[in-house]
Amino acid sequence: MTSLTGFLMVAALVFSIGLAGALTRRNAILVLIGIELMLNAANLNLIAFWRYGPHPEALTGMMFAIFSIAVAAAEAAVGLGLVIQIYRHAKTTDLDQMNRMKG
Amino acid sequence: MSFVFYLLAALTVAGGMAAVLLKNTVHCALALTVAFAGLAFLFLDLDAQFAGFAQILVYIGAVAILVVFAILLTKGSETPQDGVFSSTWLAGLAIAAAVFAVLGWAVLGSARVLPHESAVPTVTVKDIGVALMGRYVLPLEIVAILLTAATIGAVIVAMHEKEEPQ
Repeated sequence: MTSLTGFLMVAALVFSIGLAGALTRRNAILVLIGIELMLNAANLNLIAFWRYGPHPEALTGMMFAIFSIAVAAAEAAVGLGLVIQIYRHAKTTDLDQMNRMKG
Repeated sequence: MSFVFYLLAALTVAGGMAAVLLKNTVHCALALTVAFAGLAFLFLDLDAQFAGFAQILVYIGAVAILVVFAILLTKGSETPQDGVFSSTWLAGLAIAAAVFAVLGWAVLGSARVLPHESAVPTVTVKDIGVALMGRYVLPLEIVAILLTAATIGAVIVAMHEKEEPQ
């Protein structure tokens, strides 16, 4: 197993853990945590391919990862704002009880 | 594959598993911080110093704190009586396992053609700054607009609505 394969396997494992968390937890905040783990796993893939790719001096993978970190931060802010507003409205963050779109 | 890599991989995966499996939501947020730190150290292990420190600043410094604030503002730290997993958890677990199986199959199947050891790239923070101000200046500006819009949007969404006069 080469180094790149090891990093890709770790990223696949973290992605699957995040997906399992996003799909199985009831709490909306825990679902967001799962999504953050998935985004981080994708970043690890980008950095690993940048490091072992043919042209690391072109910085393509690194730039992609940096922009991905910025977009993930924006996503976390808006997502948690939405969760707080839903909690104020429905008095719960339990996704199993949020089964209607009407307020 | 060095000993450091296995240590960091174990730390990251254990943090991720704990973040997903623990019952108390505050403990989940703390475990998430461990997973983020493990990923940052993996970035450093990959000679991506800038991305590693950006990961520490953005994820451990901002996103983890934001998650903790959201948990405290929503009484999310109370463990619900009827379990922490949703009613369809078995299907979710099966989907995640299937995704991991496909990803692992693809990675291990292509291990032969993937590039092997290569020279350590000599990229300094100055190079990254020059690239951000040169070739990647348009994405940088778009990210700046996105962050501004997201900040304003998050504040507006989470702001208290005024009571309508009857």
